[in-house]
Amino acid sequence: MIVGDSKPLEEILEMIQGKEKVLVLGCRGCVTVCNVGGEKEVGILATLLRIARKKAGLAPSIEERTLERQCDPEYIEELAEVAEGYDAIISIACGVGPQFMSERFPKVPVYPGINTTFIGGALEHGVWGERCQSCGNCLVHNFGGLCPIARCSKSLMNGPCGGSANKKCEISPDVDCIWHLIVEKMDAMGRLKELERVWPVKNWITSRDGGPRKRVREDLKQ
Amino acid sequence: MKSGSNLEKVLAAGHFAVTGELGPPRGNNVEEVRHKAAFLKGIVDSVNITDNQTAVVRMASWAACKLLIDEGLEPNYQMVCRDRNRIALQSDILGASALGIKNVLCLSGDHQRFGDHPEGKNVYDLDSIQLIDTFRKMRDEKTFLNGKELDGAPGIFIGAAANPFADPFAWRVVRMGKKIAAGADFIQTQCIYNMPKFREFVKMAVDQGLTEKCALLAGITPLKSVGMAKYMAKFVPGMDVPEEHIKRLQGVDKKEQGNEGIKIAIEMIQEIRETMPGVKGVHVMAIEWEHRAKEIVEGAGLLPRPVV
Amino acid sequence: MRLQYPTNIKIIQLPCSGRVDILHILKSFEDGADGVYVAGCMEGDCHFLTGNLKARRKVNYVKTVLAALGVEPERVEMFNMSSAEGPRFAQVAREFTAKIKELGPSPVKQAKAA
Repeated sequence: MIVGDSKPLEEILEMIQGKEKVLVLGCRGCVTVCNVGGEKEVGILATLLRIARKKAGLAPSIEERTLERQCDPEYIEELAEVAEGYDAIISIACGVGPQFMSERFPKVPVYPGINTTFIGGALEHGVWGERCQSCGNCLVHNFGGLCPIARCSKSLMNGPCGGSANKKCEISPDVDCIWHLIVEKMDAMGRLKELERVWPVKNWITSRDGGPRKRVREDLKQ
Repeated sequence: MKSGSNLEKVLAAGHFAVTGELGPPRGNNVEEVRHKAAFLKGIVDSVNITDNQTAVVRMASWAACKLLIDEGLEPNYQMVCRDRNRIALQSDILGASALGIKNVLCLSGDHQRFGDHPEGKNVYDLDSIQLIDTFRKMRDEKTFLNGKELDGAPGIFIGAAANPFADPFAWRVVRMGKKIAAGADFIQTQCIYNMPKFREFVKMAVDQGLTEKCALLAGITPLKSVGMAKYMAKFVPGMDVPEEHIKRLQGVDKKEQGNEGIKIAIEMIQEIRETMPGVKGVHVMAIEWEHRAKEIVEGAGLLPRPVV
Repeated sequence: MRLQYPTNIKIIQLPCSGRVDILHILKSFEDGADGVYVAGCMEGDCHFLTGNLKARRKVNYVKTVLAALGVEPERVEMFNMSSAEGPRFAQVAREFTAKIKELGPSPVKQAKAA
């Protein structure tokens, strides 16, 4: 899923300063799963903003709504009748949400209420870890199912570097040295020999480096 | 001869090589480079010029290399993959070669989170092994990474680093082997303090035939004080400073700790030279202690340096 | 035991302090409460193992967001007490009420009145 982090309240309050009628807009997709932008979090953020408004002696006109997804125009369309009635919309979907909203409703100022951080999964309740950086050419099967591109601080394809110590990365004792884990895993699978190959340079054209990406499926296109 | 560099010639002639290290200044202080270089002249066969080491911005390595050439020393241009993509890496080695630089050391580079610009974006388009492969290709096949022909190929002696003390230990020799397979002509190791572990590493390298294919130079950094030893043991990832060294330094008067550190370095060089035939030289990294490099090299009986 | 505790306290019963939701606490402040505290079992004695520990973490979270809004984080607290400690319940009630009185009315409510 796409994982995000709430923006600091101070930053959100600053965004909506002077905007009277505000909609806090959640998404039932990834951000609901990672507990940052679902119905529940819409309720919390909206309540906090109302508390702030009341404290400042202002009318607390903060409304709540959560769409099935903010990355599909058909769900965004549900707001067609009401969107322009707001002075500001805070989208707490991933970075796609505020952009799709802005594109569909160009007259309404849309603000991001969360910072989109990475593509990852839940390691335990309340803890998420990065697993993918969408390089566009998946190679994980060659590395014991562990991605060196997303999970090595230097994206080394021929690691581990000299900074690997006690299974940890040189950048922080909180970061696993994925290359240590790759070597261990491949060894356990009896495939260590495969890592002796010098991996050639990666083609980054399929990654963000090749420019913004778009995918067209002719069989699905209308 | 691949490059005709002094280092290559010294090794080819079968001499025990000695390389040194110089960190460029945090500014354009040319005198500082010349001042440090003067201490190393005639003491080492080639001087590594670090490339923004520990991710702290310093004078460009290639520029400091050129200053050394002008002073009559031979530089070894360190290049890290952190700050440059394949376009810049290839361009820089061509430029360096044009300036008369004949040795290059290919490194991944310390992550920028250590450095003085931790907010920066890194590159890591290539890793160190791919960089070695790229330079070998440029030199031997006279083509760029994309296969297009070069208008003048760089004659460079290609180096790589190995850290026998990083984890996982058993994989370290294999990874060094990958660097050699990619085209490394020489290897300089991380600072050695744990001799038994290094001996094991060398034995594995000899057994795999790696020391026949590539010149292995052992990294030596004198311990200046108990404080430095403790700091390296505790805070530098991939550094292994055994307790016995710390105890030995603690055993002498504070003012004498530096001298004792130099004594330890000399003893280690002698031990390596006498008991590890797989090792073809030493890389003396007297960090911010360039003026004492001579004592170490001289003390180890490695002066005068051969003229080849 | 006929223990006295302040009458201004409105008790909301829950099966376990772990059931406390961040929204419950925030809504109380939005609706004008001057202070909110969660009374949970003694740490280590939770019938559901970690309910009271989770409650404390939620209270701590609310403290941080209240502070970000400029509302005194001391207006929300977590207390642990066993159900057999009637006197302690009354004592905490008195002490927390006294502390909130010292802080004065909630700035949220004040603004509403203004």
